[in-house]
Amino acid sequence: MAGGDGLLSKLKSKFGDQIVGANLEAIDPWIEISPDALVEVSRFVRDDAALKLEMLNCITAVDWLEVDPKKAAKAGFEPHLEMVYHLSSISKRHTLVLKVKLPRWKDGVEGEAPECPSVSSVWSTADWHERETYDLSGVIFTGHPNLRRILCPEDWVGYPLRKDYQMPLEYHGIRGR
Amino acid sequence: MATQIDDQRIIEFDVRTDEMLVNMGPQHPSTHGVLRLVLRTDGEIVSEVTPHLGYLHRCAEKIGENLTPRQWIPYTDRMDYLAGMNMNLGWALCVEKLLQHDLSEKAKHLRVIICEMGRIASHLVGMGAYGLDLGTFSPFLYAFRERERILDLFEEVCGARLTYSYITPGGATADLPKGWLQKCEQFLDQFQPIIAEYHALLTTNAIFIKRTCDIGVLTPEMAIDFGCTGPVLRGSGVDYDLRRDGEERYTEMYDGYAFEVICQKDGHYPKDHQYPAVPKDAVLGDCWHRFYVRMLEVIQSMDLVRQAMDRYSVASGDWGVPIKLATKLPPGDVYLETEAPRGQMGFYLVSNGGNIPWRVRARSSSFCNLSVCPEICKGVPIADIPAIVGSLDIVMGEIDR
Repeated sequence: MAGGDGLLSKLKSKFGDQIVGANLEAIDPWIEISPDALVEVSRFVRDDAALKLEMLNCITAVDWLEVDPKKAAKAGFEPHLEMVYHLSSISKRHTLVLKVKLPRWKDGVEGEAPECPSVSSVWSTADWHERETYDLSGVIFTGHPNLRRILCPEDWVGYPLRKDYQMPLEYHGIRGR
Repeated sequence: MATQIDDQRIIEFDVRTDEMLVNMGPQHPSTHGVLRLVLRTDGEIVSEVTPHLGYLHRCAEKIGENLTPRQWIPYTDRMDYLAGMNMNLGWALCVEKLLQHDLSEKAKHLRVIICEMGRIASHLVGMGAYGLDLGTFSPFLYAFRERERILDLFEEVCGARLTYSYITPGGATADLPKGWLQKCEQFLDQFQPIIAEYHALLTTNAIFIKRTCDIGVLTPEMAIDFGCTGPVLRGSGVDYDLRRDGEERYTEMYDGYAFEVICQKDGHYPKDHQYPAVPKDAVLGDCWHRFYVRMLEVIQSMDLVRQAMDRYSVASGDWGVPIKLATKLPPGDVYLETEAPRGQMGFYLVSNGGNIPWRVRARSSSFCNLSVCPEICKGVPIADIPAIVGSLDIVMGEIDR
């Protein structure tokens, strides 16, 4: 991991409570931050001379929802959405994983996509990756310059990579199931 | 030959033109699949390019949430269908990383042979198709003639010619057949002198140079900012190749191999005295350099295959027996990137302890490479659009997934 073990304490001293959690024992160690601090932390890890994480490799949204009600009690997690940012540095040859936890729906209203600050002002890669995440996983990135669907048609309904997504029965006269 | 017009007023005084939206694609031959570009043009000059993707979208990631990792291998084939072997490898390594499964020496060398051959095949199509984009047909035939022989070799190994599903988590589905190494050696010996033909047809061709030099210049900063990888990044002079700089699980495959990252350092490519010189019009990061990096990588891959064959034939251990079809995955998440022909292909796997992944994500290299196209296509003539898009060497199957 970038910055070694010192990185976590360095980030904690700079951002305090915004660093919510971390797992440095995992195969890919990760640091969890609160959504409010995402852009600031991103800009810091990109510009810091020791980190220089100038490349954003990938943005992923993981939907944590057990749809089977029998298994839900034993699932071991509350339903939530997890954003994963994989960063790497070309000059320093190291990587870092940032995670952000979001609610599955905004204010608990089913169908209202949750909001997450956009990092497209920090890395241009995020532009298309966030559009894809919005398209497939249903996250609204505040501050994104052009947030519209990228892979699905613009009039598509729903977010296919959500665990409770239902395939539409038909789309413009084409049978779905 | 600079085609970017700095002073837009020159056109305005010359001819009065209206802005026009021109639709390019989705079936335009130079778009390498079904990509649609909407160009905002002012006469001949393009002021804005908007790519529209998704015509090949199959939601492979959703399918991955319903299959075991080994069952998903055929779907990785169909992402970058011109480099199926390299895609198999990316996913196989990702699963092995989660399982903490280590391979024997022999299995690693086998993978190097197969993947570098896959890289040659893929770059040959990239080269031939780029010729097509620029209006010359012959290089395509020359490229396919050689690619055919690689496909024949792959067919002997796994029975398929395009969607191989050969490399699997745990190793590969079978060992190399008897006598295969000799055939491969034969192919390389025959292929070596042909490279000069390619250089004569394209690299040093006067028209080709005029069409590609100083066109679509991508600065290293911009390339990194947009997440461009592979030959597109190295064509801008960034010294970065995951085979050397990647994760240990991947670079250990190439441990002890002699190879130099193909990129221009201090005005020189590695061993460039053996190959055509860089034209004086070429600017680092233009279409010509991206093309040249691919051509040199073909030669590099041939060298790597030769080294790998020597090691494979004396290595001990088995060829890597695949894991069981429904192996239980430990809870956790792993991300791994490999150097596919088109750039860094990343796979992200999240597991909650079952034998089916909770979430699968494919980070497509062409997706990021294409995202820079609206930036570098600003202010170029329409005729340069195929030259620029072609030089990014995209495969839509991988972008749309």
